[in-house]
Amino acid sequence: MSTVTSAVRLPQKGSALVFLQRYGVYLAIALLLLFNLFFTPNFMTIDNFRVQFIQVVPVLIVALGMALVIGTEGIDLSVGAVMALSAAVIPLYIGYGPLPAAILAVLAGCLIGLANGTMIALIGVQPIVATLSLMVAGRGIALLVADEQLKSVIDPGFLALGRGTIAGVPYSVLLALVLVGLVAVLVNRTTFGKQLVSIGGSRRAAELAGLPVKRVLITIYILAAALASIAGIIQTARLSASVPSTVGNLIELSAITAVVIGGTPLSGGQVKVLGTVAGALLLQLIAASLIKHNVPDAYSQITQAVIILLAVYLQRGKAVLK
Amino acid sequence: MSLALEPSVGPATTKQVTRERIAGNVQRYGAAIVLGLLLVVGSFAFPTFPTLSNFTNIATQSSFLLIVAVGMTFVILTGGIDLSVGSVYALGGILAAYGSTWGIAGAVLLPLLVCGVVGILQGLLIAYGGMAPFIVTLAGLLGIRGLVFALTNEGANTPLIKDAAVTALGQGGILGLRWPVVIAVVVVVIGSVLLARGRGSQTVLAVGGSESAAVLMGLPVARVKFSVYVVSGLCAGLAGALNAAYSSSGVPTVGVGLELSAIAAVVIGGTLLTGGRGNLIGTTAGVLLLTVIQNLINQVGSLTSSVQAVVSGIFLAVVVIIQTVLSRTQRL
Repeated sequence: MSTVTSAVRLPQKGSALVFLQRYGVYLAIALLLLFNLFFTPNFMTIDNFRVQFIQVVPVLIVALGMALVIGTEGIDLSVGAVMALSAAVIPLYIGYGPLPAAILAVLAGCLIGLANGTMIALIGVQPIVATLSLMVAGRGIALLVADEQLKSVIDPGFLALGRGTIAGVPYSVLLALVLVGLVAVLVNRTTFGKQLVSIGGSRRAAELAGLPVKRVLITIYILAAALASIAGIIQTARLSASVPSTVGNLIELSAITAVVIGGTPLSGGQVKVLGTVAGALLLQLIAASLIKHNVPDAYSQITQAVIILLAVYLQRGKAVLK
Repeated sequence: MSLALEPSVGPATTKQVTRERIAGNVQRYGAAIVLGLLLVVGSFAFPTFPTLSNFTNIATQSSFLLIVAVGMTFVILTGGIDLSVGSVYALGGILAAYGSTWGIAGAVLLPLLVCGVVGILQGLLIAYGGMAPFIVTLAGLLGIRGLVFALTNEGANTPLIKDAAVTALGQGGILGLRWPVVIAVVVVVIGSVLLARGRGSQTVLAVGGSESAAVLMGLPVARVKFSVYVVSGLCAGLAGALNAAYSSSGVPTVGVGLELSAIAAVVIGGTLLTGGRGNLIGTTAGVLLLTVIQNLINQVGSLTSSVQAVVSGIFLAVVVIIQTVLSRTQRL
């Protein structure tokens, strides 16, 4: 140990490592598709891809918000609870029509985001404990709102969100694509996006530079909660039932994994929107490939763990470079 | 008043010193004070609360979490985090059940050995691989739970413990205290002695205070970071084995969310999540506090587990907010 930066060797420009860091997730998707083309019957069909895309939507939308939060060097463990709360609110207001119910569900979720943001930005609580407390309390609140019951939702307009299609593309997938576009524009084309990554790069420097750090942080946590609420609504529409006890369970882990595999470092300062989409797709494809080959769930969990470790191991040089 | 404008210059006033000392003590003993208050209030409010059998129950329920939280305290003191403890806890239980066919030695040594290896792997990746503790132990959480399910035919098997000596380890006891409670106390004492006098203890705190400063001072930072994850793995495995002995079976789904309770207990106990400051007495108070709150909510009877979740979550939030504000006062 001769240097302070630890013993990690910095990758050379143009080396294979840098290539893997940048394009590893896309390479993995390509390899997986190639494998399935040869070894999995009926994998390369439109129907199968439609199913895979529909299934990836909730994780993908939650991961978009998580990418923003991780970009500020934060973490949000409460996203699953937010999904549960928005799912719990839907049946209460569905009588007023699908759109008002959805808006109220998002607003309810945003309250949790506001609580997260306030604790983190104004009081200075660490993101992991602040969002942990709301992860525990949030699901409890969701269950109380729903009287601890599963409620079926039968409003046809609302269910269309889960089942309707335009030219064969499901509404939920279209909605996810729109959200991906919006988040990509937000990150890459707006002042807000620049402020976000500079806070992740160094909060102290951003404060000294006079950026509205607190306001940006609170907004980010509210955005993450809003996206998670939308995921909760989509999940409810797909199940045609509000299930606050299980909806979004452990989704924070999948979302964090998708973000990290996609090349956004946990140390903040960068947000890779396309990478996050690819990360979520990769997780979904891995799960699907293992299921189609009758690999037990236990082993697919182990595989997922190994993939996380590999992805992060490849990326560790980047955090040091920053 | 002019002094207050430039607090870092010149000698601190007596008032400032007193305020800092009070803030420090509240942070350190806050959990114990609240625990004391709750015990008094609970005793007056519920006649069924202050009974010997209820206190024995609280002690037994706390003991498993306490052992896990001791390991977690070591990890958090270095500024790290261990999310894998819940899964390792389940693994320890399963292995204890399988190992019990070789008697008590198998039931204790097999989990300790394997969970120690889990800790070693995570420690290597974090300390020598330069990977973030959060992500390594997150992979541990997923992977080890997968391993538990692989070992139990997708969770369909619940291996039973038939060896009487092993079940006695969980259910028997001495002087009215069950063995898990006795062992938890021993673990806390050993841990406290290590923290106070152990060779690596100063390094643990130094790493948490400022890792680069600790490296520059020539302290064995990597070795200490490695060791805390091994300690945490061993503690989680031991707690899981004892829990299996207590319930006479290794249950594959046990310990889900345990990492969150352990982190909450450590933080409530006054250990800073950023590392560098904290102690095991506080952690013990934090664990007892969580168990007593749960017990009191059960005493009310009509309240459901959702209320319990809301109360624990809000309680954790309030505690960390108070702590953050207090440690800011001390930085003056």
